[in-house]
Amino acid sequence: MSDTILNIENITKSFPRVIANKKVTFDIKKNAVHAILGENGAGKSTLVKILYGLLEPDEGNIKLNNKDFKVNSPAEARKQGIGMVFQHFSLFDSLSVKENLILGIDEKMSYSDLENKLENISSRYNLPLDLDAPITALSAGEKQRVEIVRILLQDPQILIMDEPTSVLTPQEVESLFVTLNALVKEGRTILYITHKLEEVISICDTVTIMRSGEIIDTSSTSNQTAKTLATKMLGQKLDDLKTNYGHIKDEVNFEVKNISCDFNDPFLTDLKNISFQVRVGEIYGIAGVAGNGQSELMDILTGENINIKSGSITFDNKKIEKYGPQKRRNLSISFVPENRLGHSAVPELSLSDNILLSQFPKNNFIKNGIILKNNVDDFANNVINEFKVITPGNDAKASSLSGGNLQKYVIGREISSKPKILIISHPTWGIDAGAEHSIRESLIELSQNGTSIIVISQDLDELIEITHKISVIYDGNLSKPFKTSEVGIEKLGLLMGGKNE
Amino acid sequence: MNSLFPSIVSRSQSSGLMNFFVPIISIVLTLITGSIIFVLLGFDPVYALYTFFISPISSTYGISELFVKATPLALIAIGLSYCFKNNIYNIGAEGQLTMGAIFGGGIGILFHDTNAFWLLPLMIFGGAIGGALWGLIPAILKTKFNTNEILTSLMLVYIALYILDYLVVGPWKDPFGYSFPKSRPFSESGRMPLLFDGLRVHFGLIITLFLIFVSWFIFSKTIFGFQLKVSGYSPKAARYAGFNQTTLVFFAFAICGAFAGIAGLAEVSGPIGLLYRDISPNYGFTAIIVAFLGRLHPIGIIFASLVIALTYLGAEDAQLFLQIPSAVGFIFQGLVLFYLLGAELLINYKLTYKKLL
Repeated sequence: MSDTILNIENITKSFPRVIANKKVTFDIKKNAVHAILGENGAGKSTLVKILYGLLEPDEGNIKLNNKDFKVNSPAEARKQGIGMVFQHFSLFDSLSVKENLILGIDEKMSYSDLENKLENISSRYNLPLDLDAPITALSAGEKQRVEIVRILLQDPQILIMDEPTSVLTPQEVESLFVTLNALVKEGRTILYITHKLEEVISICDTVTIMRSGEIIDTSSTSNQTAKTLATKMLGQKLDDLKTNYGHIKDEVNFEVKNISCDFNDPFLTDLKNISFQVRVGEIYGIAGVAGNGQSELMDILTGENINIKSGSITFDNKKIEKYGPQKRRNLSISFVPENRLGHSAVPELSLSDNILLSQFPKNNFIKNGIILKNNVDDFANNVINEFKVITPGNDAKASSLSGGNLQKYVIGREISSKPKILIISHPTWGIDAGAEHSIRESLIELSQNGTSIIVISQDLDELIEITHKISVIYDGNLSKPFKTSEVGIEKLGLLMGGKNE
Repeated sequence: MNSLFPSIVSRSQSSGLMNFFVPIISIVLTLITGSIIFVLLGFDPVYALYTFFISPISSTYGISELFVKATPLALIAIGLSYCFKNNIYNIGAEGQLTMGAIFGGGIGILFHDTNAFWLLPLMIFGGAIGGALWGLIPAILKTKFNTNEILTSLMLVYIALYILDYLVVGPWKDPFGYSFPKSRPFSESGRMPLLFDGLRVHFGLIITLFLIFVSWFIFSKTIFGFQLKVSGYSPKAARYAGFNQTTLVFFAFAICGAFAGIAGLAEVSGPIGLLYRDISPNYGFTAIIVAFLGRLHPIGIIFASLVIALTYLGAEDAQLFLQIPSAVGFIFQGLVLFYLLGAELLINYKLTYKKLL
């Protein structure tokens, strides 16, 4: 067909443990904005990395203008007419806009030619730039403009935009859309990667929905609503699971009230007036697509960040928002942040040493500043046995364990300290099914024994399986809580996509 | 066709055995390169290497001198490992050494006509305080204003050197010194006792060995050592644990400064006996090489300090017997560091030649 610019046929790409793209097939029409919509981990990034020459597919063909398209590097992709603007900018902060643009050019070009071209691009596509400004002085939106201009200098036919609005203010989003429209009017094609339903409907012509590496649907956006998109994006989740509410007491033991936090950093999400309550024995889930304030909220719940603008955290009738992690642990609060390697565990240290990381003030591990190694080893061995961690011994380095085993160990360490509340982020992220199952079981068991648990996760299946209440974080706002057994998947999907009716 | 320049790819698992061999490999490579340099200069490489590395330690006196040089190097290097383990790049040990010499030496000058058992301990204490205070300046700047400690600690070296300069030509000048830029000599009880008659190796060696042992204990057995290690490996994990990283930065700088200060005091109250301009042949900088050559491990540092001390002695002998400028000693030190860093890169990364289409 003549109006198709890119045919993607049967692209498969697998990584150890996961198949990121399974026989992905769809066409992209010329002169349109084509959205790829999906949750995190749906395989969107893998697909565009293949298109941009950063990854090589295991199988499948791509045709550009009906000709076979195979590239091994971004430079080749650019030569063939595909440009990409990444979510995280690759600019030299200390250099000026002009210098950054010069560095990005693959071919030889005279200086005056470049200036003419820049002027042309700036005015044609609504991309005003101060060429002599240093990058550090620019806002996120202006930096993105530099990235776009840099790509446009190469005159691409297809422009890939990866979550372009995630770092922009609403005004900047408006002006980006003006630019995108101008580009399409000129006959260019835009491949728009996003998880925001609103954007798909307002500026995209066609949408391809991906879920767990597969294409669910490709269709025109004109006959889609946010609701239909949300359902397709999330799929039919298991919602017939029986959640047991019997053991939960009425008493609230953890309360977050009106927490607001400004970061002044385009890569962090400001938290806006977050409030929620957790009752004794309850598992409270916080759902949401990555980058909507989860890690920022986690830091505030753990005490790694105590610089909040306003609000309070109350635990057992104590105000704890100004307490650091150690002080919170002394009140029997435990945490497991998302990242195992380098945050909740130190990869270079032994399993025994990693016990000390969170347990050193307690359990008679330290006497007069000296580590009582035998006691630490005993604790480590207990965790290894009880949580069935597969390892040669407590002196093995944390880095030598598989992701699932290390996660079992880290969570086991926290559970063994008998917390009154456990705050955990992405408990089963990137681990095998067996470990996933055993971790979820131990969390449920822990709650039945009276421990409150807060789970922050992007995995809706997981939250629906284990939580009692669930709320959604979107752009730093937390929705009201829903009873997990009653809330519909469609409702959650809409909230995750920023639609709140 | 392969591309001309290799790309650097991370090795998933670095070999533990290689880790141990890196210092040895770098020393061997240094010797090979050194002999090539000697050949190019027109010397018989065997004779030159002999003059450089063997003849300086072929006498009892030579071995004593080796320990005299190794003492400050090892002491400063073990102090630096408190910083380096915590990923703090304190480059200013030379300044902390100088400040230690000024504080401790100042006490010695004040009590130049006193002979009492408490004088030397007081001077050592003064040296430690002087070095620690000088080390705390970059620590404050780093924690309060987020400045880069590499720059501030380095700049403070020159300030300390000029303060010493001012003192020995100004207020602390020896009134009977014929206007030479030096202070009065310290009294006999303000001097480091010699360990053997007729040899210059002094009590500072015992202090150094003791502090190395204490440091080994701290690094491997205490929660403080554990905290240093964790925040060095992963600041995020340290924050998760709730370690106070500001306090750790202060402690690391203070301990490192104190050790360097004691080393400085041991120099002026040991072999020198008074204050003057050039109290240290860059011990504070060279100790950085010693710390890394010894892989920040107490035992490693002992051996590394002996190797590097030998380059000082070898340079002197080379100047005497081969008429080569003594700067050749610095060339050897530089080569060791160069090969050390190179080998370190190669244990953790490998070079691959990408195929071009």
